[in-house]
Amino acid sequence: MQSSDTRIVFDGVSKAFATDKGPLKVVDDVSFCVDSGEFISLVGPSGCGKTTMLNMVAGFIQPSEGSVTLDGTPIRGPSAQRGMMFQEYGVFPWLTIEENIAFGLKLKANRVPAAQRREIVDRYIELMGLGDFRRDYPKMLSGGMRQRLALARSYAVNPEFLLMDEPFGALDAQTRSAMQDLLLNVLQEVGKTVMLITHSVEEALYLSSKILVISARPSRIRRVIEVPFAYPRHPELHDTQEFAELRSEVRDMVMAEYAAQEQQARKSH
Amino acid sequence: MPSSPSAASGPREGATSEPRPEAARGGSRIARLIAWRAFRLLAPWVVLVALWYGLRYSGLFRPQLIPTPDAVAVKFWTLLTRDGLLLDMYMSTQRVFVGVVLGTLCAVPVGFLLGWYRGLRSFMDPLINFFRALPPIALIPLVIVYFGIGETAKVIILFYASFFASVIVMYEGISQISPIYIRVARTLGASEFEIFHRVIIPLSIPHMLTALRVALGVAWATLVASELVAAQQGLGAVIQDASAYFQLDTIYMGIICIGFIALFMDMALRALTRRLLSWQEGSTD
Repeated sequence: MQSSDTRIVFDGVSKAFATDKGPLKVVDDVSFCVDSGEFISLVGPSGCGKTTMLNMVAGFIQPSEGSVTLDGTPIRGPSAQRGMMFQEYGVFPWLTIEENIAFGLKLKANRVPAAQRREIVDRYIELMGLGDFRRDYPKMLSGGMRQRLALARSYAVNPEFLLMDEPFGALDAQTRSAMQDLLLNVLQEVGKTVMLITHSVEEALYLSSKILVISARPSRIRRVIEVPFAYPRHPELHDTQEFAELRSEVRDMVMAEYAAQEQQARKSH
Repeated sequence: MPSSPSAASGPREGATSEPRPEAARGGSRIARLIAWRAFRLLAPWVVLVALWYGLRYSGLFRPQLIPTPDAVAVKFWTLLTRDGLLLDMYMSTQRVFVGVVLGTLCAVPVGFLLGWYRGLRSFMDPLINFFRALPPIALIPLVIVYFGIGETAKVIILFYASFFASVIVMYEGISQISPIYIRVARTLGASEFEIFHRVIIPLSIPHMLTALRVALGVAWATLVASELVAAQQGLGAVIQDASAYFQLDTIYMGIICIGFIALFMDMALRALTRRLLSWQEGSTD
């Protein structure tokens, strides 16, 4: 399963959290690897530990059993090499749009000369279409713009890995699909390895090269789906016969997991 | 809080003639806007002074017990021009200022520590709440024993009052900072120091300003008590002296002065807050 391109390896990873009712296992014996340049989506019922898995790659959480390694070394903490996009964006409200994008570039870990910083900021402001707001505070921005700002801020420090936790969940359908295309465009320009959590099978199929279908709690990998469509991808892909077939196939798998989760919930009540 | 000292602050405004918004009618829109602003600013004071006159002439109280607003205004002018009221105002303001500045200066780092380290907080919480619940006025006798009745004693009491009032605001504010910003900063590569310097400090400024406002309020309340007990100069002393001679107009005047100075300080602080925090949701630029 591992190749020379392999970067991140989950090896027999389990994670349990302490609760009032004793330990709660959210991830159970998960093994997979992420190759350089891959776009991997994790789909499955909510509350099933996907975010926990992403947090382990980010370095916020350590596994209870097994190991998560990057280039063979266990991940111990967060770093600018692994940029994370949060569901709630986390744009800094006290900084202007351009200061938000420049934030990471002023840190010691990835400091660049001022001239180069301005160049990078300008490029992402342009790319994300935020030019009219560069000196405004984020309170002026809509949800979609905040999302683009968070994306620009992550990209500015040029991480090798992009970890995205339902980044488009709060957006309306049009903005969401625009953001997906924007993401694909940016990735086309600067190659990155991406891990994405999403509820949308459609989104996972459209964006990723590989989909992991995750079971209801505790998380196990149910299926690994290699997505056969070549990059660059365009919105017309959604309308093809192949896409539709694969979509309904994957949707059935995911629905089965949702049903399992419902059953579990009923049992525990 | 904005107009809390109002209860005692009417007459000086009333003594000056109020501008009439009707006068501006027919002028430009800007003139009318200014007139409307002025009207909204003065209206509550006018009502207060009217009530005051109403009480004075209602016959419910003996006239000797309620000086008229105009008598108080005249008294203010006499004291200001002849008896060095300005010095008393300066002394009081300066004591409050020094006490509040020292108190909040110490409260900020302590607030950071307590807000950041949960263990330290749960250890210190009962102590801080004990000292905060203790009215600073209750310490005055003790402070007089140790430090006499000079400036040091007053500054110590005011320091105590401001410190405990603001330290709680600080650490509660800091402990409520949303962890998302810290996590974002970490994934962008920020070190612990950078997180403190670039995330925690900017997010603490609103709490610092609130702490300063709370401390100012408490400090004024405490100041007057400490000046009532032992002081040659200061508005509290003016009030205390006047009460010995039953000069009600002077007492009223002193109270109103304190109210207005406190109000102006609070307004200045709010203006500063608006400037510094124009980024906050809901604030208008």
